[in-house]
Amino acid sequence: MAELGHFALALACAIAIAQSILPLIGARLGEVRGAALMQTGPACAGVMFLCVGISFGALMHAYATSDFSVANVAQNSHSLKPFLYKLSGTWGNHEGSMVLWVLMLAGCSAAVAAFGRNLPAVLRADVLAVLGMIATGFLLFTLLTSNPFERVFPVPEEGRDLNPLLQDPGLAFHPPFLYAGYVGFAIAFAFACAALIEGRVDAAWGRWVRPWVLAAWLLLTLGIALGSWWAYYELGWGGYWFWDPVENASFMPWLLGTALLHSAIVVEKREALKVWTILLAILCFSLSLLGTFLVRSGVLNSVHAFATDPARGVFILGLLVLAIGGALALFAWRAPALTPKGFFAPISREGALILNNVLLASACAAVAIGTLYPIFADLVLGARITVGPAFFNATFLPMMAPLVLALPVGAMLAWKRADVAGALQRLWVAAAFAGLVLVGGMWFAGLNVLPVLGLAAAAWIFAGAVTEIGSRTRWSLSRLVRLPGAAIGMTIAHIGLAVSIAGVSGMGFSTEQIALLRPGETMQVGSTLLRFEGVNRAPGPNYLAERATVAVINPDRTERFAMHPEKRFFPSQRMTTTEAAIQTNFLRDLYVVLGDVVPEQNAAVIRAHVNPLAPWIWIGAVIMSLGGVASLSDRRHRIGAPARRTPGPVPAPAE
Amino acid sequence: MIARRLLFAAPLIGLAGGAGAFYAYMATGRDPRGVPSVLVGRPPPPMDLEPLHEGEPRLTNAAFAVGRPSVLNFFASWCAPCRIEHPQLLRLARDGVNMLGIAYKDRPADARRFLAELGDPFRVIGQDSSGRTAIEFGVYGVPETYFIDGRGIVRWRFAGAVTPEVLADELRPLLRRWS
Repeated sequence: MAELGHFALALACAIAIAQSILPLIGARLGEVRGAALMQTGPACAGVMFLCVGISFGALMHAYATSDFSVANVAQNSHSLKPFLYKLSGTWGNHEGSMVLWVLMLAGCSAAVAAFGRNLPAVLRADVLAVLGMIATGFLLFTLLTSNPFERVFPVPEEGRDLNPLLQDPGLAFHPPFLYAGYVGFAIAFAFACAALIEGRVDAAWGRWVRPWVLAAWLLLTLGIALGSWWAYYELGWGGYWFWDPVENASFMPWLLGTALLHSAIVVEKREALKVWTILLAILCFSLSLLGTFLVRSGVLNSVHAFATDPARGVFILGLLVLAIGGALALFAWRAPALTPKGFFAPISREGALILNNVLLASACAAVAIGTLYPIFADLVLGARITVGPAFFNATFLPMMAPLVLALPVGAMLAWKRADVAGALQRLWVAAAFAGLVLVGGMWFAGLNVLPVLGLAAAAWIFAGAVTEIGSRTRWSLSRLVRLPGAAIGMTIAHIGLAVSIAGVSGMGFSTEQIALLRPGETMQVGSTLLRFEGVNRAPGPNYLAERATVAVINPDRTERFAMHPEKRFFPSQRMTTTEAAIQTNFLRDLYVVLGDVVPEQNAAVIRAHVNPLAPWIWIGAVIMSLGGVASLSDRRHRIGAPARRTPGPVPAPAE
Repeated sequence: MIARRLLFAAPLIGLAGGAGAFYAYMATGRDPRGVPSVLVGRPPPPMDLEPLHEGEPRLTNAAFAVGRPSVLNFFASWCAPCRIEHPQLLRLARDGVNMLGIAYKDRPADARRFLAELGDPFRVIGQDSSGRTAIEFGVYGVPETYFIDGRGIVRWRFAGAVTPEVLADELRPLLRRWS
């Protein structure tokens, strides 16, 4: 089986090479003479996807059957591990996750081949060729430096097991979504390169690229949210975001992807901002590649880092330079010829979208500086310095404040020339609502200013989004149903952002208590009373657990419900994980962690948090991605696509 | 026109600079975990740190010269890998190693809570709120651990979490060799 997987991967690499050359030649020969060669693009894409799929399936099969003759399985799996974690272990290591990465990339090619039928043949051929080149690079990387199918002899009796932190349903879903998002930006990158090769960017291009950006963005949103949620409940530290280099590596493409999402609208509606949008599309995927490089080269210290190997680092750096450098060279050569069209007023929808782009890009730059600073400080200053979360809070938040403030106003502005006073007038209810939240928050929370401001910002965005859709439909349900998907998607996504901001702000009010408790003793966190009942041992499938019982009690000491935080010891890796017990009512999380256990006294350290609005952080992210889905369903993405030859006025309903 | 051309080439130039820096970084073998410290073979820089717990002694160089090996650990409550390595530090303390801790850029209350929850392996703990001492040491980031022999000479430094493997493969042999 493993040999079949290896062979399929090598075959995929050969096909990827064909896919990167043949359609490109066909496209240069022209639509008639090159038709046959261009037709090889979709065929290659389909077969490559199939091959990588077979390879991935073979690796998964080795994991499912605990085939320890495969070195990768022996190093990262264990026969006693629950079946789900055997499967998800496939991508819980460097080699396997590279195969997943390549699978996603092949999936992108196949998706363009399957759903891009109404694209002009030349554009589609160019896009597929660029995707083929990227696939070639990463397939070579996997085959040459990270072969997951290597055999080991003698065959070990038992595997070395997966890092216990990764043995969680969260790992089963977090990387696939994250990678799908990361890699999905490759399509936008390929579209940008294709546009540069052809030397043409127009409204139609903007409309074609947008659904792919949307799809990648919504998957990345879900992937990041899943990762943060996993960190929250599995790591037991009570936090949900640590500004860890690898978290930042996924957050940077998200910020630029969000900017790209908005600037592509300007290209579609106004044929402006073309050069910037092309650059964003290139940079967005470049940051995805940078993330891959940082995680796998070992240049940064992180909880996420894979086992590293200097040869891999240099290889990925080479790939990075080829891919990004190629695209940027193309950009330097061809982009100056792209001329903007039409008149551009600063006070307009497009003006607001530029502000959005400037702020998101600056926020991304701030995160990038904080993440990479240690490396450059070391090289240039000879000092070894890491920046803590304080740096990110001090640089990232000031960038977000004007963005949040301007968002509802921008969404109310009309294209071309708009009237700020009018927009503000229609937003007075939203402003009053935000003011009310601000005053009310100050009343209750006193000096804890930052979270209160956050809540007011959330109220402002939420009320602004409702006002916007309300004024557009004049509060009529029948008009709402007939609204284009993109308009509804925008409202939903902005509401999701408001919900997430509210969740993050709510976490600012969290309270925390730690106590060493003997059975029967109580502690109070916020207004909640907890009684420690004791700790007992509970064996799991591949671990030993210390399981505490903590009762949440009424003031009269009757029990309301019991919670069971655990500590799990995994003998195969000699490692302990904490399993926080979380009880939520969607307005607040009660979060209880078992600390040190003192067996002689039958006592234990219990840490309890009350986290107001915590679940909203992730609910908001899900709402945001639903907004993406709604926008994807817009019929304009499917109908009227072949409209390039007759560039009539693009139907632009006031959005 | 040339200015415009240059402007469009700026991202490419930026990439070249960035990639060159990364390459230089990797070529000089600066794996952040394995960087040999300039301190190895020398006594640690002079320090005099406020105690983390009120009323306890300050952390000075006198804490090293105790005739048996010391392990000095930079940690912070906000640091994720610190929690991963903490059980190993507790094990070392139980084995009688002279454990010294420095709370790096941390609020004292947070650092105290961190130790209250996970257990306190340290004999003396200083707080380095400004990061000044960390700079003197050339600390790459937290966690970072130094092994100092009984005569007060730094013998080993490790950036990153002291996992059970690092404890077994590196620290244990050092302890056997220097005590």
